[in-house]
Amino acid sequence: MVDLWQGYAWPGLVIVAQIFAILVPLLLTVAYLTYAERKVIAAMQMRKGPNVVGPFGLLQPVADGIKLLFKETVIPSGANRVVFIAAPVVTFVLSLIGWAVIPFDFGVVLSDINVGILYLFAISSLGVYGVIMAGWASNSKYAFLGALRSAAQMVSYEIAIGFVIITVLLCVGSLNLTDIVLAQKDLWFAIPLLPMFVIFFISALAETNRAPFDLPEAEAELVAGYSVEYSSLTFALFFLGEYANMILMSALTVILFLGGWLPPLDVAPFNWIPGPVWFAVKIAGLLFLFLWVRATFPRYRYDQLMRLGWKVFLPASLFWVVLTAGVLVATGWAPV
Amino acid sequence: MEELLREYLPILMFVGIAVGIAVALVAASYIAAVQRPDSEKLSAYECGFEAFTDARSKFDVRYYLVAILFIVFDLEVAFLFPWAISLGRIGTFGFWSMIIFLAVLTIGFIYEWKKGALEWE
Repeated sequence: MVDLWQGYAWPGLVIVAQIFAILVPLLLTVAYLTYAERKVIAAMQMRKGPNVVGPFGLLQPVADGIKLLFKETVIPSGANRVVFIAAPVVTFVLSLIGWAVIPFDFGVVLSDINVGILYLFAISSLGVYGVIMAGWASNSKYAFLGALRSAAQMVSYEIAIGFVIITVLLCVGSLNLTDIVLAQKDLWFAIPLLPMFVIFFISALAETNRAPFDLPEAEAELVAGYSVEYSSLTFALFFLGEYANMILMSALTVILFLGGWLPPLDVAPFNWIPGPVWFAVKIAGLLFLFLWVRATFPRYRYDQLMRLGWKVFLPASLFWVVLTAGVLVATGWAPV
Repeated sequence: MEELLREYLPILMFVGIAVGIAVALVAASYIAAVQRPDSEKLSAYECGFEAFTDARSKFDVRYYLVAILFIVFDLEVAFLFPWAISLGRIGTFGFWSMIIFLAVLTIGFIYEWKKGALEWE
């Protein structure tokens, strides 16, 4: 009995507590990211944004959540009911479970697996399933077209993301996320691999279906794309999933290029601030970029989007893989 | 085995809890909100028209083409992962082996580019 408690039940409870310690702040961040988006875009358009519910409108996300909770869950009569309900669940779950391997500080990570980056790459690849399932199960033309566009867009930019990850791995020599951060102790990869950093950020915009690549939900032509038939919390799960994906992609960018939890310089005023704070500040900066881009750029046309992915990013990132490997081998800097 | 369990059990539990939260949210809304469906409400959205035909119809073949090209290049990326992390140990020979492989793929890529497989007008 004591063995069972010490061997299984207690470690299990600790893991559950750790999971909730990640999930609760994450979901709060997702909720307030929607608020931040409305406030930031409002400020850029000389408007006030939400300011009625609570002080400075700070309770707006809560009000939105409660409103969606008390809406009717409409399941179209032509839809495939099981797949229709499963699609938003899949999207939402996939946007959360990436955080199981993200290191917040040295050793502060739920599961420090040695193939961390491969796990994250796989999770972000699976994201396309939620979209395809939603588009097919809805049995609506707008949803179907939106899902097709979205799937083609996500897979196109995933190749560029894959090559960019390879260039970083060449400089690290490990798939472990903690090792990737520690390899940037002297120099963040954003500096020597600057073009890759730019490609990764733009591909992250396309991968999360954000403006200026938000064609799947282009309001003017596809009403809301693959989520057009969804209502109530099934819609909310798609919405939350999109924002959680933005945060996950920002975290991945920070880990790959901006030194994770490391301070910019390892000198007095900077290294007094704890690692998780640096990590959060860097993520917040990238999220602001996401919102800034949305407020600034017009939407891409679909042929422009595919041309950028296949004819610009793919050759450019492939060239950088070869160049990086060549330089590392020629100079003998390749990590052993 | 013990180490494998320690590393992957938290991930499995994380997936379980995430699924639990998602299902609980949908179920809570289904129970809390008044459900009053009618045939108009449940018909597919088509800008106020009756739905003309079934939505699962023919679509552009280029989506298939993108999917096939994606498989080729994604496999290539998967193939590059082990090479990338062991480059320091396999040295010049390993480097040139992969360059030859990439060159062959690049020839294929140039061919499909010239063939117009990447065009969306």
